[in-house]
Amino acid sequence: MKPDELQALMNEPACAHNAKAKSGCAKPKPGATQGGCCFDGARNALLPIADAAHIVHGPIGCAGSSWDNRGTRSSGADTFRIGMTTDLTDMDVIMGRGEKRLFQAIRQAVETYAPPAIFVYNTCVPALQGDDIGAVALAASDRFGVPVIPVDCAGFYGNKNLGNRIAGDVVYKHVIGTAEPAPAPFPAIDVNLIGEWNVGGEFWNVAPLFDELGLRVLCSFSGDSRFDEIRTMHRARVSMVVCSKAMLHVARKLEDDHRIPWFEGSFYGMRDTSQAFRDFAKAIGDMDLFARTEAMIAREEARIEAALKPLRQRLTGKRALVFTGGYKSWSVVSALQDLGMVVVATGTEKSTEEDKARIRALMGDDALMISDNDQKALIKTFHDTGAHLMVAGDRYIYPTLKSRLPFLDIDHVRRIGYAGYDGVIELARNVDRAVHSPVWAQVN
Amino acid sequence: MAEIVLPTKALTVNPLKTSQPIGASLAFLGLARAMPLEHGARGCTSFNKLFFMRHFNDPIALQTTAMDQVTTIIGADDNVVEALATICTKDQPEVIGLITTGLSEMQGADVPRTVAAFRAAHPEFDDVAVVPVSATDTLGCLETGFALAMEAMIETLVPTTHDNVTRARQVNVLVPAMLTPGDVEALRDWITAFGLHPVILPDLADSLDGHLIDEGFSTLTYGGALRADIETMHQSQATLVIGRSLDRAADLLRDRTGIADFRFAGLMGLEACDAFSSALCDITGIAMPPTILRKRSQLMDAMVDCQFQLGGARLAIAADADLLASLTRFFHGMGADIVAAVASARAGHLADLPVESVVVGDLEDLEWLARDNAAELIVANSHGAEAARRLGSSHLRVGFPIYDSYGDHTKAWIGYGGSRRALFETANLLANHYQEIRPYRSRYWQGTKREKETSPC
Repeated sequence: MKPDELQALMNEPACAHNAKAKSGCAKPKPGATQGGCCFDGARNALLPIADAAHIVHGPIGCAGSSWDNRGTRSSGADTFRIGMTTDLTDMDVIMGRGEKRLFQAIRQAVETYAPPAIFVYNTCVPALQGDDIGAVALAASDRFGVPVIPVDCAGFYGNKNLGNRIAGDVVYKHVIGTAEPAPAPFPAIDVNLIGEWNVGGEFWNVAPLFDELGLRVLCSFSGDSRFDEIRTMHRARVSMVVCSKAMLHVARKLEDDHRIPWFEGSFYGMRDTSQAFRDFAKAIGDMDLFARTEAMIAREEARIEAALKPLRQRLTGKRALVFTGGYKSWSVVSALQDLGMVVVATGTEKSTEEDKARIRALMGDDALMISDNDQKALIKTFHDTGAHLMVAGDRYIYPTLKSRLPFLDIDHVRRIGYAGYDGVIELARNVDRAVHSPVWAQVN
Repeated sequence: MAEIVLPTKALTVNPLKTSQPIGASLAFLGLARAMPLEHGARGCTSFNKLFFMRHFNDPIALQTTAMDQVTTIIGADDNVVEALATICTKDQPEVIGLITTGLSEMQGADVPRTVAAFRAAHPEFDDVAVVPVSATDTLGCLETGFALAMEAMIETLVPTTHDNVTRARQVNVLVPAMLTPGDVEALRDWITAFGLHPVILPDLADSLDGHLIDEGFSTLTYGGALRADIETMHQSQATLVIGRSLDRAADLLRDRTGIADFRFAGLMGLEACDAFSSALCDITGIAMPPTILRKRSQLMDAMVDCQFQLGGARLAIAADADLLASLTRFFHGMGADIVAAVASARAGHLADLPVESVVVGDLEDLEWLARDNAAELIVANSHGAEAARRLGSSHLRVGFPIYDSYGDHTKAWIGYGGSRRALFETANLLANHYQEIRPYRSRYWQGTKREKETSPC
């Protein structure tokens, strides 16, 4: 990718705080860097398209230690779980055979697994070599009659956030708008979700409520989605951006080109889940839907409140340190506050100014925000703030556990789903187990 | 003699292989107060760190030079110097393993020159050893990257001198990637039972066995081979080398120190164990200690008990070359039929295995071979679980990564005790998979009480 193309992706007019540099995009410091690369972010965003084949074009380093390691779940098709890579060797690189190898690799994927589409991810070595994966994708698409989508996302281009953006950009350019949706079997209002990954199947906590309200999820980009659904996203009535930053441009372009309104929200916690459904009703502007939504919310909240009652007693006043990136830096805060917990600090390593504004709204202007991802400093902050629970991604599990402190994993490779109303109960149960485990007293 | 079948596929499907940089990093994780530093884009390190975290259930010391678009094009030497200085300042390690990746290798990084630049710019960190390893991921696999790191450690840390043996009870032990922390612990016990003091390189049993320390969390390794001990390896009485992947590292150590070595392809099964014990007897001049003899007799008993189950059992095995060879010989020695042997990368010694062919390939190859030959047991890393599920076979987890089973890295597979437990575990998996004869229901039972009975199985 050219530098100006990368720069254009970093510029997001729909972000209220676009003028300010995003803290997550600072230059990485050699010898003190955590976190994944551009390829990591791009593949994470597209991998949940479950019936597609995902080919990593590069040497074994890129796919070998990372294939099939995501928490995203599919309700059926599982081609996405098959690890595919061109596994470039020295000879491929020296002889410049990467493009030919990729072409043959696409042939093999088509012949063996007959996917409806193939995503090809460019990585550092072929990018430096100058492999034109766009040209190979076009030629292969012509030859084999299957859409082949080139994703130019070499690791050295930047961080995971940039990879997310590239993924959204590629899908917008190559996939969205290339097919029309099938008519719904029942009357339905079509909606999009953007940035929902169905980690641990957590969207299935929420999906039945969409059905109940007569909202058809035309496409979730990209949790438990299918390639043909992505193609039809331009026909939705409204989009919800579940992740507040990296995928904004997909929603914005859908609004610009197809006049599809959008809003940002989250399915973590009771307040946010209810708010998301209210926002759908508001955006669609259907009085009957309003009424049905309020009735559903009242029923669900009452049900959850009753289930939470015994847990809430055990959790009220417990102090949590949340260290996570981006939208989770506020959505998880809100979810924990719903349980009566006090959030003493939150990480803002990958958060935008807008995320930070939401944090201030939730935690007050004095909210302690931690942008430094140093693991030792984080443990120190835990003690300084008198926290009872660390809530973070899997990178922090073992530093925390080694320090003999309670931990709740909210990473994308987890198996436990926290979304929706039932997710609130699951969250409460897991927080309770973590905080009150008898193990801490024994090992400390 | 086995035929080695090389890959012809353009697309690797369900990779078995992991990269050389990840293997080199693993070797450094077995040194005390160490930090492996991968010279590449940050993603390599992020993936590798998570890979080991999930395998070992422990924090993993691993850093990156974080090459970006500008430094990839105009040169990333400054990144290396900056990364080394940052790690020295922040973490105060004794050893930094500086490992190249496909990206920096292709860029043409001149690591020795860069290390010299670091030394010139930062004399205050002169006491920190920097061990450079050239480990592109366009060649080899985890096991060969691990071996490259071992060569680099010997090259950088072990003095070159043909000293007379000054530590008569000390033996060097070169340990390959295939041994788990549990294996290394068993190996140490085995050697110390003969009254010897082993210097184990690298010592994953001390760093990644999973143990809590008083200080809580450390950014460096939690233990491992001490640099001070490694620097005495030239004074040892003998060197024990496990795994053919370490042949070059062993040659290097022998050339530098003149110490005689004893080499073993693996330490699973009676024959392999006896060879190792016998070497220890030769080195020490004593007979097998009673504790070892006892374990030996226990293994023989287990072999007798399990031969029903393992004899003729159809096994499909996939692993890096050393582990594949060790497992294949072990199970073959129990009468099992190795119907598929898949290696992640080529190694010459695979031709010596007692199978018809060894395929250099991926887990798709394993799955197809296992299906064609009706394998009862898939022996592979955690990714093999999917193939086993599709084929309806059992699955024995070996190698890297194992992310869906607690504590597998603490299991010992080697030695008399480890071999015995491996036999029991394998036999149990096969027994659970065994299909008994289905009950026959006679047509003359129509209208009788028996007709209404349902089959108990």
